Amino acid sequence: MKGNVIKYDRDNIDTDVIIPGQYLKVHDYAELATHAMEGLDPDFHSKVKEGDFILSGKNFGCGSSREHAPIALSHSGIKAVLALSFARIFYRNAVDGAFLLPIEIEQDAYDGISEGDEISIDVSTNEIKNITKNQTYKMKPFSEIIGKIIAAGGLFKYKPDQD
Amino acid sequence: MNIVEKILARGAGKSSVSPDDVVFAKVDKVMMHDVSGPGVIKVFDKLKKQGISVDKLWDPTKVWVAEDHFVPSAEKVSAENIVKLSNFTKNYGIEKHFKYGMGQYGICHTISHEEAMVMPGDVYVGGDSHTNTTGALGAFACGLGHTDIAYVLLNGQIWFKVPETFYFKLNGKLPDHVMAKDLILKIIGEIGTDGGAYQTMQFGGTGIDEMSVESRLTLCNMTTEAGAKNGIVEPDQKVVDYLTQRGATNINLIKGDADAEYSKVFEFEGSEMEPTVAKPFSPENTCVVREAPSVELDKSYIGSCTGAKYEDLEAAAKILKGRKVKIRTEVLPAAISIYQRAMENGLLKIFLDAGVTVGPPTCGACCGAHMGVLAKDEICISTTNRNFPGRMGHVESQTYLASPLVAAASAVTGKITDPRDLQ
Repeated sequence: MKGNVIKYDRDNIDTDVIIPGQYLKVHDYAELATHAMEGLDPDFHSKVKEGDFILSGKNFGCGSSREHAPIALSHSGIKAVLALSFARIFYRNAVDGAFLLPIEIEQDAYDGISEGDEISIDVSTNEIKNITKNQTYKMKPFSEIIGKIIAAGGLFKYKPDQD
Repeated sequence: MNIVEKILARGAGKSSVSPDDVVFAKVDKVMMHDVSGPGVIKVFDKLKKQGISVDKLWDPTKVWVAEDHFVPSAEKVSAENIVKLSNFTKNYGIEKHFKYGMGQYGICHTISHEEAMVMPGDVYVGGDSHTNTTGALGAFACGLGHTDIAYVLLNGQIWFKVPETFYFKLNGKLPDHVMAKDLILKIIGEIGTDGGAYQTMQFGGTGIDEMSVESRLTLCNMTTEAGAKNGIVEPDQKVVDYLTQRGATNINLIKGDADAEYSKVFEFEGSEMEPTVAKPFSPENTCVVREAPSVELDKSYIGSCTGAKYEDLEAAAKILKGRKVKIRTEVLPAAISIYQRAMENGLLKIFLDAGVTVGPPTCGACCGAHMGVLAKDEICISTTNRNFPGRMGHVESQTYLASPLVAAASAVTGKITDPRDLQ
């Protein structure tokens, strides 16, 4: 997986800014995408490209359980969010609904990767390569259950009985 | 095992579980509302296209539905969502659908306790992050997204990583004028908005024993703002009485073992607690009211699952009785049953005499949906649960989170006011 990074250099990006509450009544995924990140970055929709990644700090996706948040990002073209840590409901919504990959990173990747850098992510080796800067970082591996749900393509395709 | 481990072990059909175990637990009750419900319907549509059967729910008697976020319908999109939700519950045979304009209805978490929908020991999941609220009844109560709720509706179970438990011990009663809201804001201020992430926050100690069920609901409600998977209080006779008054029978008083383990213990002295607010733009940005900035408020909002239970309205009425509000003030009881008691006991008259606008039960402006949202630069004091940028309206509006006593005292003065300082 390869793409460019949109970096939000802050902690606690909450679901109220990822997709403001007034759009909770909207269930059209394409329309939700047009309002992604509106509470923080009104230019997001015009700058985001298919295959981009978001990079941010601690506790990404805190706040409400709205699945609109990973949906709006995923339908904007975001394939993965890299963050120092994630809030729990955003994390499991992203995985169980197979919307995007939540990648937990360490401080070196957070400091090393800048806005616009091209990076590649290999979840089989837990490696993130910064192609622009020729650096390599480790991502935190997925837990066993998360790895299996991601490999299956979401919770509905995962068969716990076959473990 | 502690109480959460016991509940999850029973749900998973195991003799014991430990933190970090991954289990598939059977669910006893599941809830969705007019935002998560249409989201679930959308997931069902996707599954149909993938050839997965959505013809029957696992058990429609264990499902209940609330209308709360955009009701009474704010505009035509939300009106259509309500119709979609009604068609869904009719088609799948879900009888417990609390519809506005048809007797009891209200905010989902308020209905969970007002209608005794959840029992101690239950594994209860809801399509809303504040599902944590109902842990105050002694249930494992946890919020999930649309895909997970759809999975539960079809399969009756869901995966959980067994959480570690942080134990918050309150020694002694809270003083007069200090409410459970002040305590939970104080806790979030200390541990931060990710201080309880992925964990259980359990409350106990003599101060919690003394506390009403409704105050415990306030504590568990805002464990969400510390990132917790769930909040819980071990059920006692107060919970039994509360649920019995609401028609429940066969209540199981589940408790943790004497040698239950907690990964961290935090202690608070009740007598040291003070009225507290969370300043913009985070619930962790707290200070005691007497040290709050001297800002000119535009509005006081007394509503939501966090701050419009009967006890919350009673507290606000105690302050507003015989006084007039100086700024726009709204009171929105969180359920019709609460509205009715507020009417019968004279609270509505106190509010109206004070100049307050009394609205219907709705999540309304708490989540910036409708009915009293904030304009650019407006500053609000609110009994709700979040104050992130844009939470209650314009991204450049500001919200201070407070107890109903503080919100009412501030409505009278137009400044953030400690109820003990009110003339």
